[in-house]
Amino acid sequence: MAALINVPTKAKRGEIIEIRALTSHIMETGFRRTAAGELVPRDIITSFTCRYNGNEIFRADLFPAIAANPYLSFFTVAKESGKFEFEWIGDNGYSSTASASITVE
Amino acid sequence: MKFRRAIAAAAFAVASSALLAGEIPPGARRSGYSFMGPETRAMQDDDTSNPGMLFVLDGQALWMKKSGSADKACADCHGDARSSMKGVAARYPAFDRTQGRPVTLDQRINLCRAGHQQATPLPYESHDLLALSAFVAHQSREVPITAGDDPQLKPFVEQGRDFFNQREGQLNLSCANCHEDNFDKRLAGAPITQGQLTGYPLYRLEWQTLGSLERRLRSCMTGVRAQAYDYGAPELVALELYLMSRARGLPMETPAVRP
Repeated sequence: MAALINVPTKAKRGEIIEIRALTSHIMETGFRRTAAGELVPRDIITSFTCRYNGNEIFRADLFPAIAANPYLSFFTVAKESGKFEFEWIGDNGYSSTASASITVE
Repeated sequence: MKFRRAIAAAAFAVASSALLAGEIPPGARRSGYSFMGPETRAMQDDDTSNPGMLFVLDGQALWMKKSGSADKACADCHGDARSSMKGVAARYPAFDRTQGRPVTLDQRINLCRAGHQQATPLPYESHDLLALSAFVAHQSREVPITAGDDPQLKPFVEQGRDFFNQREGQLNLSCANCHEDNFDKRLAGAPITQGQLTGYPLYRLEWQTLGSLERRLRSCMTGVRAQAYDYGAPELVALELYLMSRARGLPMETPAVRP
């Protein structure tokens, strides 16, 4: 699925940087019914993780009340050049990944 | 002196009420963006926080993807969308000679699918049609709207204008009653905009997805307790055409974000 990641391409060592991750997902709550009265089964992202050169730096659990196309923003300290890896896991075996690189000077 | 001032004030009152009753003059036309709160504006301004951009990305992939029995992609004929599609959405709905009437961007995409790709048309409001339409319209971002300039479109623009001013539904309201006479006021908690079509297809937080102008028009019609026209109905196309010609000169924003 499409994802939009915003990580600064360059940062100074020790600088606090903001990371923003937006992904496309319907986030169906499991509480809605169709016009015929049948329950629409739940289909949400349940977990998000961000790894910085293999180390987990941020994790979030997601719930049915979170809007479609979840957007998460968080901060970290730029320590070394490398790669941020993002992973979204959800219902029905849903899994999606994305990555972004950073150069630390 | 006092007397003169009173005359001036009275003249001003007459002039401003005349303004309210008529069309919004070009200089006073404002995008729906100017009616929104700072949070929603910020969401639209940053491409990595604008959820409409997810659809633009999907549309870009569809643009390159071969489809139909002709095994052609949009890109095989149109090439790089950044140059070939720049400004196109700003002049839609456009007159189609074979149909003898204006067609919307969504309809043009499906005419291309049927004629050149020999593929099945994409249903209105489907993810793929919205994504392609958003991708094409996004190429016109910042381009001023020029739709309705074609002289062949004149009768259809007039038809759309009549429809815009026609009262309808159990509430007996026309589009103009809200969007020309009462913009900048509020309907319940929501600001009433001028209804300038700068950002379609756009992401509505209420919908939790991208949606077409026709979806928006249909929900307005349901709102005044009228029977909404079907997707693709000539009446809706004429209304879209008039509204685009009314937004003439405003820059495109696709994909816009609205509450």
